[in-house]
Amino acid sequence: MRYLPLTDTDRQQMLGVIGAKHIDDLFVDVPKSAVLKDLVDLPRAQGEIEVHRHMQKLAEKNTPAGRTAFFLGAGAYRHHVPATVDHIIQRSEFLTAYTPYQPEIAQGTLQALYEFQSQVALLLDMEVANASMYDGSTACAEAAMMAARVTKRKKIVFSGGVHSHYVETARTACEALGLEIVALPAAIDDEAAVTKRLGADVAAVIVQSPNVFGTITDLTKIGEAARGAGALMVATFTECVAFGLIEPSGAMGADIVCGEGQSIGNALNFGGPYVGLFATKEKYVRQMPGRVAGETLDADGKRGFVLTLSTREQHIRREKATSNICTNSGLCQLAWTIHMTLLGEAGLKRLAQLNHEKAVALAEALAKVPGVEVLTKRYFNEIAIRVPGDAQRVVDALAEQGVIGGVAMSRLNPRAGMDDVLIACATEMSTDEDIAAYAKALKVVLS
Amino acid sequence: MKIETTSGNRGLLQAEPLIFDTGHATATGVDLPEPKNTTNQFGGLARKAALDLPGLSEPETMRHFVRLSQKNYAIDLGLFPLGSCTMKHNPRLNERVARFEGFADIHPLQPMSTIQGALELMDELAHWLMELTGMPAVALSPKAGAHGEFCGMLAIKAALAARGEGEKRKRVLVPSSAHGTNPATAVAAGFIVDEVPGTEDGRVDLEAFKAKLGPDVAAVMVTNPNTCGLFERDVKKIADLIHEAGGYFYCDGANYNAIVGRVRPGDLGVDAMHINLHKTFSTPHGGGGPGAGPTVLSAALAPFAPVPHIVKRGGAREFREHTAGTQAFGRMCAFHGQMGMFTRALTYMLSHGSDGLRQVAEDAVLNANYLLARLKPHFNAPFGGPKNEHLPCMHEALLDDSSIKPKGVETIDMAKALLDEGYHPFTTYFPLVVHGAMLIEPTETEPKRELDRFADVMIALAERVNAGDVEFFKQAPILAPMRRLDDTRAARQPKLRWKRGENGADATKHAAE
Repeated sequence: MRYLPLTDTDRQQMLGVIGAKHIDDLFVDVPKSAVLKDLVDLPRAQGEIEVHRHMQKLAEKNTPAGRTAFFLGAGAYRHHVPATVDHIIQRSEFLTAYTPYQPEIAQGTLQALYEFQSQVALLLDMEVANASMYDGSTACAEAAMMAARVTKRKKIVFSGGVHSHYVETARTACEALGLEIVALPAAIDDEAAVTKRLGADVAAVIVQSPNVFGTITDLTKIGEAARGAGALMVATFTECVAFGLIEPSGAMGADIVCGEGQSIGNALNFGGPYVGLFATKEKYVRQMPGRVAGETLDADGKRGFVLTLSTREQHIRREKATSNICTNSGLCQLAWTIHMTLLGEAGLKRLAQLNHEKAVALAEALAKVPGVEVLTKRYFNEIAIRVPGDAQRVVDALAEQGVIGGVAMSRLNPRAGMDDVLIACATEMSTDEDIAAYAKALKVVLS
Repeated sequence: MKIETTSGNRGLLQAEPLIFDTGHATATGVDLPEPKNTTNQFGGLARKAALDLPGLSEPETMRHFVRLSQKNYAIDLGLFPLGSCTMKHNPRLNERVARFEGFADIHPLQPMSTIQGALELMDELAHWLMELTGMPAVALSPKAGAHGEFCGMLAIKAALAARGEGEKRKRVLVPSSAHGTNPATAVAAGFIVDEVPGTEDGRVDLEAFKAKLGPDVAAVMVTNPNTCGLFERDVKKIADLIHEAGGYFYCDGANYNAIVGRVRPGDLGVDAMHINLHKTFSTPHGGGGPGAGPTVLSAALAPFAPVPHIVKRGGAREFREHTAGTQAFGRMCAFHGQMGMFTRALTYMLSHGSDGLRQVAEDAVLNANYLLARLKPHFNAPFGGPKNEHLPCMHEALLDDSSIKPKGVETIDMAKALLDEGYHPFTTYFPLVVHGAMLIEPTETEPKRELDRFADVMIALAERVNAGDVEFFKQAPILAPMRRLDDTRAARQPKLRWKRGENGADATKHAAE
């Protein structure tokens, strides 16, 4: 077996040094009845050639996004990732390192974390960011729980514009803690509805902008109302490229901003691994979940970085920790930082502009298809459209024409009562030909 | 001789400032098409302030991150004996496979007809995990080990609720040697933690455990092999007792590498166990993630597995994505879990086969016992047995600093001295039940000569302690990229991000531009 360096001679010699006769002697503590006599009933070892072939066959049973006219977003976005990004994250020193618990030999990881935290804070216009969470949905769930800790209240109100998978993820985590989730009915353009549910028991209102329907909302007044009622405003998002051009939630008074960072540096990967971005105000930093890197000095007075504020974390605080999280999304976070460094402000703005222009072109093209209505009025790169009939059937029929036209709202939330709504997205990867192909195929499918 | 260079570089090791010191908002390393400047549809919500995000050209970006990378230790450089972490070789075939267009460039919400290969892959991975563990079900979506723990404990909570005992059974028994995630997870799932002490031979104290059982107990969380690197001899008794008491058995699978292919947790009476794909199945650790924590479930817990579920209809597979009409306890994350880790883990499993995986466990245990045998004469091994007898460990050799501490050298000093010797140290001060613990996990991918070299270094360090050269340890590291870093300063005056103007130099630079 190519990954196992010990030879039988080594094994015998080593057993001799240990003073054991047989490898079984080292497993004496295992109850006899639980020791497998035979190999588990699974295939035997294979070489690279065979394994590669097997996996290739599985891969070929999928239709890659890039082989279609592709307009699907709703929480995961197909963007260009520069070749440099993937090269760097595959360097041994990043790929095969561990959590930087020994900072003197982990400054590469730690400095990149510090740069990441700084970039996230700047992008979202927040005071402080952590070293990342598993993904946007779990970051949102953590934000809800953090708001409950900060306010010592138990009710969390979600707007009807938050991605329903985010609501369900938060519901699962929050209800386990005895928190109450109020999820308002799906609404394309009514983030402010959360303010009607404010009360002395509300820990946070959670809004999304751009929301799952693509709608951009001015959150300023919602934040003011929330704070007036002693609650926090949590602003979540699924498309972080938007903040290159639209007003970031931090500038509109959000207390916690959290969401999905996959768009920068990370491929679609069928939903994971992704990178959750999490930022808040300095005054709440000790209630923040997750790993965080900070600046310090070494014994010679040189600047360096360490993991810090660990008295919030499970390995120190055990049952009193702010979260049970024990990792960040290391390589995905590194990919984000590298891509963001390559872009810089100028590149990010241009990238955002290209996304927006493609979305405007898409909206215009789809609006011309008979029977189709564009429902989203203010948007970045994603729009909701109404189609005559069942949107899921339309999506399936489009797929047969080589067009991945988006996601039916009924797939995200069957109880939304929006079976005729389809959510579509365009990015810098969408070509004019793809947009034309979509409009044409939609016309055929609807006729 | 102490050398201060003009450049700040030290030979091949390049000093590297922050991107905020070198980059600029107008610089970019990506050439994108010229926008058309269409009228925007933002409804007056265009960004008002500049971002102040620095950019760098491609060559500068490459250099920045390559220079940073060279300040990191990694498995590909040498032995990484970090106990409880299973730092084994990461095969590059796994990386190649994960990047196949058919895996990396598919969207989690694509129509089912376009993702049949992905669903088949998830099913195949599930089959391997269930066969290896002897468990009837697995939830693939948890995104890391702690997330898998959370999944398992929520399944237990749901099963208790279904029995009408949700309000009654709130107490979770957790051994004092547990990872910090266990008590943190139990609390996150709404339980109360009750700690079970250990015995002098490093196992769960069965009598103390028995005494704590009662009608309010929901579950026990046991790591097996445990965090002292030992197999819990009484594991089946623990399982029987908790079941008799009406509770469930959560097994922390962090140390599964020691038994994969040789012992099936299902045969030990386990109800739920997460599997760290990044440990046992070698998806890379990546400097702290992403991980993946699929959680196998017993028949009693299987109905409560979170969505999504893969179901077969006709010849095709599809996701069931909503809990309506099921007993599923909910949803762990937005999509289906860490697909990029599934592809790597399955590749790893297929490469090893059932024969190779069994060999993995045996070699991992052999390597740890070999280090224990070589180091025991020179350090205190709290559970290693008397001088002339070898009490076997599993895949981790546990030492402590009790023999060196009286001479002025503690675990932290040993660890820092290892940095100068070119090693990542063992896990320090964990498990908490052993004072000054040094937990060594070599894994199966270390050749004998590397083990010998490491053992020689450790023994030489012990001799140095005996010779009274305490200063060598207190000053260490001298040769690492940095000297000892001040954790207290970092925590007392948190500086968690760059801010313009806080460092004089960069403020001036930008002002001049």
